[in-house]
Amino acid sequence: MLLEVKGLQAGYGQTHVLHGLDFVVEEGGVTALLGANGAGKTTTLRAICGMVKTEGDITFLGERVTGRATEDIARRGLAHVPDGRGTFMELSVEENFRLGAYVRRDPDVRADFERMFEWFPRLKQRWRQQAGTLSGGEQQMLAIARALLLRPRLLLLDEPSFGLAPLIVQEIFGIMRRIREESGVGILLVEQNANLALELADRAYLLETGRIVVSGPAAEIREDEAVRRSYLGY
Amino acid sequence: MDGFAHQIIAGIATGGIYASVALALVMIYQATHHVNFAQGEMATLSTFIAWSMVEAGFPYWVAFAATVMVSFLIGVLVERLLMRPVQNAPVLTHVGVFIGLLLIVGNMTGWIFGYTTKVYPSPFTSSGPLLGGLISAHELGSTAVTLVVLTLVFLFFRYTSLGLAMRAAAYNPRSARLVGIRVGWMLALGWGLAAAIGAVAGMMVAPVVFLDPTMMTGILLYAFAGALIGGIDNPLGAVIGGFAVGVLENLAGAYVVGTELKLTVALAIIIGVLVVRPSGLLGRVVTSRV
Amino acid sequence: MSASENVAIPGTIPQAMPARRGMPAWQVALVVLGGLVVAIAPAFILESFPLFQLTMAVIMGLAVLGLNMVTGFNGQISLGHGAFFALGAYATAILMSHLDWSFWATLPFSAAVCGVVGYGIGFPALRLGGLYLALTTFSLAVAVPQILKHKSIEDWTGGVQGLFLVKPDAPAWMPGALTPDQWMYFVAVGVAGVCFLLCWNLIRGRIGRALMATRDHQTAAEAMGMDTATLKTRAFAVSAMVTGIAGSLSAVAVEFVAPDSFSLMVSITLFVGMVVGGVASILGSLFGGLFVLFVPNIAEAISKAAPGVIYGILLIAFLFILPDGFAGLLRRIAGRLRRRG
Repeated sequence: MLLEVKGLQAGYGQTHVLHGLDFVVEEGGVTALLGANGAGKTTTLRAICGMVKTEGDITFLGERVTGRATEDIARRGLAHVPDGRGTFMELSVEENFRLGAYVRRDPDVRADFERMFEWFPRLKQRWRQQAGTLSGGEQQMLAIARALLLRPRLLLLDEPSFGLAPLIVQEIFGIMRRIREESGVGILLVEQNANLALELADRAYLLETGRIVVSGPAAEIREDEAVRRSYLGY
Repeated sequence: MDGFAHQIIAGIATGGIYASVALALVMIYQATHHVNFAQGEMATLSTFIAWSMVEAGFPYWVAFAATVMVSFLIGVLVERLLMRPVQNAPVLTHVGVFIGLLLIVGNMTGWIFGYTTKVYPSPFTSSGPLLGGLISAHELGSTAVTLVVLTLVFLFFRYTSLGLAMRAAAYNPRSARLVGIRVGWMLALGWGLAAAIGAVAGMMVAPVVFLDPTMMTGILLYAFAGALIGGIDNPLGAVIGGFAVGVLENLAGAYVVGTELKLTVALAIIIGVLVVRPSGLLGRVVTSRV
Repeated sequence: MSASENVAIPGTIPQAMPARRGMPAWQVALVVLGGLVVAIAPAFILESFPLFQLTMAVIMGLAVLGLNMVTGFNGQISLGHGAFFALGAYATAILMSHLDWSFWATLPFSAAVCGVVGYGIGFPALRLGGLYLALTTFSLAVAVPQILKHKSIEDWTGGVQGLFLVKPDAPAWMPGALTPDQWMYFVAVGVAGVCFLLCWNLIRGRIGRALMATRDHQTAAEAMGMDTATLKTRAFAVSAMVTGIAGSLSAVAVEFVAPDSFSLMVSITLFVGMVVGGVASILGSLFGGLFVLFVPNIAEAISKAAPGVIYGILLIAFLFILPDGFAGLLRRIAGRLRRRG
């Protein structure tokens, strides 16, 4: 098991957002976390990374990481593309790449750069450009590439489709399908666009006001009329 | 005409000092969005440490290197002990801690080393006049030292992985943590570097202004002005601003207001820049698309 | 340290005289009477020098109050209030020594000058805000002695030598024979008392709430229709005026003004007094005045540098442990006693 979450509670100040979540993310493959606005999807990802006050048990690669510092969790091989993408806008694409691989000391970094260019050829053209000047789609690609350069075992993706044109979203999800096949990294994907996410995912969890209400293989959820109508709205 | 040329060259020499202190200020500002009001006092303390080593018989450059290292450690310690506990506190608390630091460091310096003015040696001596008497050996040497320091700092930030991580932590601490950067230590490192740069500035200016516990107060004002001219979040701008202020100060002192109002010139520059162009004359515009 | 504690400074609500709320009239009368006795008694108990020190403490308290009006209640950080203190002192000194005005006649003039200058500085301050304002006022404080010494105004200011003046004598109609020191004490207490009451009245009302709303959340204050620019410039004017009046009082109390008495240290002292006494506390300003006068006097016995070091350590200690100062400590103790009783 890559990630195991038990009785996860989290919130901001006095407000509790998550009320005891249990879920797992398996090695390789994509797990989707779905739900409406305010259901607690983003907070779940933040809790896993130690970015908010958290209670419960989060076990990553067999080790309890609840309450650890974000940078320590990242160093254990957990990458996160947060909401707002977390790109270093003032720095160049190259520097964002270098930062992605900052904690790595192995000699394969250069080869991984090339791999990213294969997946995201557009970034190679923008190599020396300031990240803030990229288009929204390119910034999303940069964010994913930067996260992958950590060579993570688990990648958390917060709404990669957010604010992008449908065509670009298609492109990015196409690339993600490739990454899933070619890299073996486990992905925990948060999406509002449930249809899109369920197409990519193997497993899915449905979140409503801080609780998991449905879980199961993505294909089954996609076929379930009742779930679709009451929770996913399509 | 020679007088004019000399004023400009002397201005560049002192400007280098302002540029160094301005750079130290900008480094801390970039990382924490705070202005270290105690930067001058910390540099003075460093210079006194160097002085006592020189007095104890150490060779100049040994004392120099040791002082830079000790100052670096002092900077790191100050961040860890004083700034970290209040990092999420309101601005007023931060200003208060800086003022407290200024009081403690400044008065400790006086307490330990006394208030009498001391002579600090210059490592640069020459037998004859340089460039036809336009520049003294110390002015030339200290300008060179300043430029070397600034170049090293630039190379460090531009090309090393640690320098990149420090910049990343300053721009976007949240994302920096996500790529595994220990942001807290980057801030401490920034403080250490700022203190080290300040120490160099102190040792370079001490032979000119003589060493006493209040030596840097006026210099801090010029560094403020330089940093503001360059845009307070722009290290290169701060360096250029520092040199510009040095020249401006010397020319104004020689031809316009006389030496009695030199501090007022700095004040006027500060207010002028802030009112006319708060982002600095060289302030960079970050373009971003969402 | 939790987030709610972190905002303790700007969030402090002024409770100038919490004990008065809801008390029967005879108790109020008793408190007022007691206050008067405490205020008057020292003049007849203390020797000349301690009385002079107490006079200066009251004056410093008034100057801290001025700083508190703009920094504590309105959130505009000034590290240069020593400049207004100097301005008030010099206004009074120049009028008294060059034009032979009486002290009382110089007071409104000095207040007006400081108010106008404060109002004028309030405008660039609007554009600066936060840290930049702190930086600019800090620079102003550093530059003050140099400006005062300048040759072009030497005829008026007396240059480096400064100006000498004489304490006002007690008026003839006063009962008994008051010494100038005693009379000076009453003048300081009287003027400060009036200023404290006026400021207290200002802060507890609508304007006070608007000042604090602007400090805590400017955008929200603007959305509620407050003219924050006007509020901030006027806060600066009032603040400068109060600190300037304190400067005037200090000029006559010390009977001497000179540029080097108005170094950066004056501004820093006022800042320390504000933090130690209590940020955004009227009564705290008075504690601040007592603190900045008596602590250095005690510390000076150790070393010339000791007051500065002790100031610095206490300043940081207060910010870490008691961010709402003496006033906050007293409030907390009072709250605990009330709960127990």
